[in-house]
Amino acid sequence: MSTASTAIKAKQRPGDRVFSGSAVFAGSMILVTLAAVALFLIVQSIPAFFASHEDASILPESFWSYVGPLLFGTIWAAALALIMAVPISIGIALFISHYAPRRLASVLGYIVDLLAAVPSVVFGLWGIGVLAPAVQPIYAWLVDNVGWFPLFSGPVSGTGRTILTAGIVLAVMVLPIMTAICREVFLQTPVLHEEAALALGATRWEMIRTAVLPFGRSGIVSAAVLGLGRALGETMAVAMVLSASGAVTFQLLTSVNPSTIAANIALSFPEAFGINVNVLIATGLILFIVTFVVNAIARWIVSRRQEFSGAN
Amino acid sequence: MSKRIEVRDLNVYYGKFLAVEGVNLEIEPRSVTAFIGPSGCGKSTFLRTLNRMHEVIPGARVEGEVLIDGNNLYDPDVDPVLVRRQVGMVFQRPNPFPTMSIKENVLAGVKLNNKRISKSDADDLVEKSLLGANLWNEVKDRLDRPGSGLSGGQQQRLCIARAIAVAPEVILMDEPCSALDPISTLAIEDLIEELKLQYTIVIVTHNMQQASRVSDKTAFFNIAGTGKPGNLIEYADTTTIFSNPSVKATEDYVSGRFG
Repeated sequence: MSTASTAIKAKQRPGDRVFSGSAVFAGSMILVTLAAVALFLIVQSIPAFFASHEDASILPESFWSYVGPLLFGTIWAAALALIMAVPISIGIALFISHYAPRRLASVLGYIVDLLAAVPSVVFGLWGIGVLAPAVQPIYAWLVDNVGWFPLFSGPVSGTGRTILTAGIVLAVMVLPIMTAICREVFLQTPVLHEEAALALGATRWEMIRTAVLPFGRSGIVSAAVLGLGRALGETMAVAMVLSASGAVTFQLLTSVNPSTIAANIALSFPEAFGINVNVLIATGLILFIVTFVVNAIARWIVSRRQEFSGAN
Repeated sequence: MSKRIEVRDLNVYYGKFLAVEGVNLEIEPRSVTAFIGPSGCGKSTFLRTLNRMHEVIPGARVEGEVLIDGNNLYDPDVDPVLVRRQVGMVFQRPNPFPTMSIKENVLAGVKLNNKRISKSDADDLVEKSLLGANLWNEVKDRLDRPGSGLSGGQQQRLCIARAIAVAPEVILMDEPCSALDPISTLAIEDLIEELKLQYTIVIVTHNMQQASRVSDKTAFFNIAGTGKPGNLIEYADTTTIFSNPSVKATEDYVSGRFG
C-alpha cells in the first residue's frame, strides 16, 4: 500500500493562506498569554518561597504557613457555594428545559443569563447591605438552637459577614453559568431516549431520571467544576462581604473566618511593599495552580463522556 | 395478555392543523396489523395516539375514542402514564439507554413500575425477556456491557425485550426495521410472528413486502395533498389488500403505481 508515497499537495489559494495564518495566530496567542502569566507568577513568586518574617512583614513565619489558611478559606468558601448552587442550578435548568411552558422558559433563561452580567462589586454591596443583616438573626437562631452541631457552634457573628454569607453570595454568582451549561446539556438529551422512557410508562420525573440526568451527568459535573473555578477566583464580592480573621475553622456562623486568596490579595495589595508584594503574587500562583487543576479535572471528566455521547 | 382495540371517529390535531381525520378501526387481540401508506399520511401519528405518545408533542390533541377492551384511553380520568404501561412501543431507530447496561435496559421499565424487585426475579425476567426477543443467546455473556455496543438489529431487539419486560397488552412498532439490514429485519419479522401468540401488535411499515409477510390485516392510509389531513382509505385482510383491494388508490399504492 505504501508504494506511492508522494503526498498530493492541495493547491494553495491566497484566501486560504490568510485565513489559516490568522487562525493559527489567534490560536497561539492564547498559549502565549497563558505562558506569559505563568512566567510572571513564577518569576515574581520565587523570592517569597524563601522569605521569612524578617524579609516580609506580612508573613507570620514561612510562606507556607501564610498561604495555608488562605488556601483553606478559598476552597471552603467555594465548596460552600457549590453545595448550595449545584442543586439549585440543576433544578432551574430542569425547570427551563423540561417543565416550563416554552415562552416562560425563554424568559427565564434570559433572566438567568442577565444575572451573569451583574458586576461582582454589586453582588458585594448586596451581600454587605442586604444579605448579611438579613441572615444575621437566622444565624443567631441557629447558634442558639442547633449550636451543638460543630458547623453551627457559636458565638454568633454580630454583623452576619461570615464565611457562610460569602458562600451564599458566591453561590448566587456561579448560579448563572452552571444553570446555562446544565440547561444546554439537558436540552440536548436525544428525544429518542426521552420517548423510550415515556413509552415504558415513565412519569415526567421518572423520564428525567432515566433519560435526562444520566445523559447530562458529565455535563453537570463540568458545570459544577466551572462554577467552582469561578468561586475560587472571585475577589471583590468576597473581599467586601467576608469579615476575615485568618483562622482555619469550619465554623460557619462566628466572626472568626478564614480569608480567601483572591480577597486577601485585593485587600493587602494597596499597602504592600518589598517582598510582601512577591508574597501576595506567590499566593496568586497557588490560586492559579488550584484553578488549573480544577479545570484539568473538568476537562478529564468531559472527555470521559465521549463513549456515552448517546450518538448510537 | 392481549387486548382488542377499537378506534371510533378519531381526529388528530397538531394545534389547529388536522393531521388525521375520521379513523374507524377495530384490531383483534393476538393479531398483527400493519399500517401502510406514503410518508406524511399520518400513520405514525395515528399509531402514537394508541398509547397517547402523541401528547409528547406540544399542541397535539385528539377527538374521538380509542377503546382498549372497552375502556376509553381518552377518558378525562385516565392517566397517560398507565396507558403506556399497557401499550408498549418500539421506535423507528433503536433507542436503548446509552448509559445503561444491557441488563439495566431490559429492567428499565420494570424498575419504574415496580421499584423493588429481588435479584433472582430480576435475573429471571431479564432472561425471559431477552429470550422472548430472540436476543438471549447473543448477549447472555455480556449482560453488563453497554447496550449501545450492540449492532443495530440487536439494539432493536433489546428495545423489544425492554418493551415486553413490563408485560404490556399491546405492542406498537413504528417502522421498527427501517434502520436495519435485511438479515436483522428477518430476525425482527420472525420475532413478530412469535410475539403475536401473546400480544396484539400494530406495526407501521414502508416496506410492503414486510406488511404482506407479517401482518394479518392491513390498513392503508393516504393523504389528498400537502396540508390536507390523512385518511384511512381501506382496512381489510392483508391478502385482500394486496391481491384484491376494493379501492383504486390502494391498488395503485400496493402495486407501485401512484396517482
